[in-house]
Amino acid sequence: MSSLKLDVRLIDSARESARQIAEDTQKLIDIHTTVAVERTITRLLGVDGTDDVGTPLPNVVVENIKKAGGLGIGAAYFLVNAVLNTGLTTQEVAEKVSAGELDLTKLPAKPEEEIKDKAYELAVKMVERIRSNREKRDEYLNTIGEGRKPYLYVIVATGNIYEDVVQAQAAAKQGADVIAVIRTTGQSLLDYVPYGATTEGFGGTYATQENFRIMRKALDETSREVGRYIRLCNYCSGLCMPEIAAMGAMERLDVMLNDALYGILFRDINMQRTLVDQNFSRIINGFAGVIINTGEDNYLTTADAVEEAHTVLASQFINEQFALKAGIPEEQMGLGHAFEMDPGIENGFLMELAQAQMAREIFPKAPLKYMPPTKYMTGNIFKGHLQDALFNIISIWTNQGIQLLGMMTEALHTPFMADRALSIENARYIFNNMRSIGEEVEFKEGGMIQTRAAEVLEKAAALLEEIAEEGLFATLEQGKFAGVKRSRTGGKGLDGVTEKDAKYINPFIELMLNR
Amino acid sequence: MSSGLYSMNKREFDIAFDPKRVKPYGDTMNDGKVQLSFTLPIAADELAKEAAKLYAMKMGLEEPSVVHMADLGVGYSFFVVYGSCIHTIDITDIKVTKVESSVMSMTEVDEYIRKNIGRKLVVIGASTGTDAHTVGIDAIMNMKGYAGHYGLERYEMIEAHNLGSQVPNEEFIKKAVELNADALLVSQTVTQKNIHVQNMTNLIELLEAEGLRDRFIVACGGPRISHELAKELGYDAGFGAGTYAEDIASFICQVIKKPE
Repeated sequence: MSSLKLDVRLIDSARESARQIAEDTQKLIDIHTTVAVERTITRLLGVDGTDDVGTPLPNVVVENIKKAGGLGIGAAYFLVNAVLNTGLTTQEVAEKVSAGELDLTKLPAKPEEEIKDKAYELAVKMVERIRSNREKRDEYLNTIGEGRKPYLYVIVATGNIYEDVVQAQAAAKQGADVIAVIRTTGQSLLDYVPYGATTEGFGGTYATQENFRIMRKALDETSREVGRYIRLCNYCSGLCMPEIAAMGAMERLDVMLNDALYGILFRDINMQRTLVDQNFSRIINGFAGVIINTGEDNYLTTADAVEEAHTVLASQFINEQFALKAGIPEEQMGLGHAFEMDPGIENGFLMELAQAQMAREIFPKAPLKYMPPTKYMTGNIFKGHLQDALFNIISIWTNQGIQLLGMMTEALHTPFMADRALSIENARYIFNNMRSIGEEVEFKEGGMIQTRAAEVLEKAAALLEEIAEEGLFATLEQGKFAGVKRSRTGGKGLDGVTEKDAKYINPFIELMLNR
Repeated sequence: MSSGLYSMNKREFDIAFDPKRVKPYGDTMNDGKVQLSFTLPIAADELAKEAAKLYAMKMGLEEPSVVHMADLGVGYSFFVVYGSCIHTIDITDIKVTKVESSVMSMTEVDEYIRKNIGRKLVVIGASTGTDAHTVGIDAIMNMKGYAGHYGLERYEMIEAHNLGSQVPNEEFIKKAVELNADALLVSQTVTQKNIHVQNMTNLIELLEAEGLRDRFIVACGGPRISHELAKELGYDAGFGAGTYAEDIASFICQVIKKPE
């Protein structure tokens, strides 16, 4: 039952518009591939490591294919053809390509059926490894358990993975449930994933497969110690979106930031590139049992949280549909929203409450990710701590899924160990002290809160209808989301997008979707 | 409440304000009261508490009082400490070189450009040289801006191009000519061994060598940059920490307007 008395028909029609939007866009996604998708396939087929100047071998392989105009046929085809020709492993093939001893597109072509069969045979090995990671997570959850929702989510961002481990273990002992290792500034614009353990980053730590492994191992230890499974989160966005998803799946990450539109709006990555990349990354995340977090909260750091609230809801509907298309169940959809209104607004708290409750009622099974105030954090840490407290009150009241804890030192520095401890203490105090308020207090019929929610839903439904008519690309070109305009052929990474050839194969899509 | 009137403590300091000997203020002039918090990488116990107190004394706090200690979980401990600081500062002896322009809001800047210049200003920015950190230039240029201050991309009368990080000076200049830029913004965030100074000097030298220095407004910014340093290196302006897009936009449009 809706405590906001939302109009069910309006919700259904908004959802239907979003479905049409995703359907239309999916047509374009299905006929394209990108360099990032092909590097991901290369990794999933067992290629790792770098050449002697540090270029990751998956980049070497895909570059070799792209240079000869073979990107549309795909890395799986050429790699497997080379395996069949040489009898080597995919890793050995990649090493030979890197040494200049092998040119993937120049080998005699084996029959397509033979290549396809071998590709599936090789792919199944990785698919099984990822499946066993998923089972391992379930086993942990069943044996040692997990924290109560809302999960307390904190970030570590020292730049040094070993220092991050200390910070993360401390946070877990203080009560955190999810540890996100923030990436170094600028990583989203690198068209490769760095390799190995890293100790230098700014504002964050490089996402590398080795760093994932180091942190997962440390958190497994702490999980056993504190008797709660501690989830690990990273950022599946930017130019290497699907590669990060693959690495996360291999190393048992549990949560991934993974938005369909974020890269387009906030990193100026080409829209075609991002949409194709997000689809494969989500197929992997869906299969790996990873909870994705979408980035709607970021709209509000740019656009006004009162005026543009409906664009957040509209984007949540679109993200939901794209996620369903990639096989992600609702239980893994951490749709994002945020507490970002100007604290000076009269009754701002009531509007925040209305919007948070609205998201909860429209996406009842999704573990919504609720983001703390950032835009109006001033450096006055005492006021900031109070803003975070109000944010925590709304979260427990409206039963949010993942609470990204606000730091009183937001906008000052990446969190100190003690900042995190104070934030966790703040949230635990409020969550415990107000645990059942949502079940006890009802909203006034036709009052400010119900009216606000109805208004936002109505505007979102109208916007979605408009987008369904005009198409997603045109909408992005007009700047309807977050007030940011992007052109279809502008932004970074378009040269890495190509149409698929008739011979194209990606065995992982079928294997992971038909689990 | 605890003003001098009811205080039982014998006051041993002069309560007159002296610009040559300024101290922090708690509730009485020159009481030197400071609140601070920090973490020590040692377990929270009586020894840690004493260590925190002695450390505060080393920082120049008299009679430090450790009012809060908490265990952070991995053998680290967190403290909140109050005390009276012994140090003073002579404010009559401080010199600050400031950027001379009045700061306008985003809408005022757009209006100013419309009225006084009548065309869009082209501004390009980059983290140049080896610096891979875009946090500074992004805060100034990107739509999203920083701390509620929108970036230059959002200004209607500014065409902003953020070239990202690790842009070589040669390429930066090439792009400036190609886009017919009005102003160049150089960001230097994290640098070691003063490499930012060499890199910034190199840009000015290249511009001068190609006879382009006077064609552009060239400004720099970063946590270790002051207006004074920037002027010394041949820049039109330098912006330190706490600078927002409007500070830079205001500066650029006012300088461009001047010649007429």
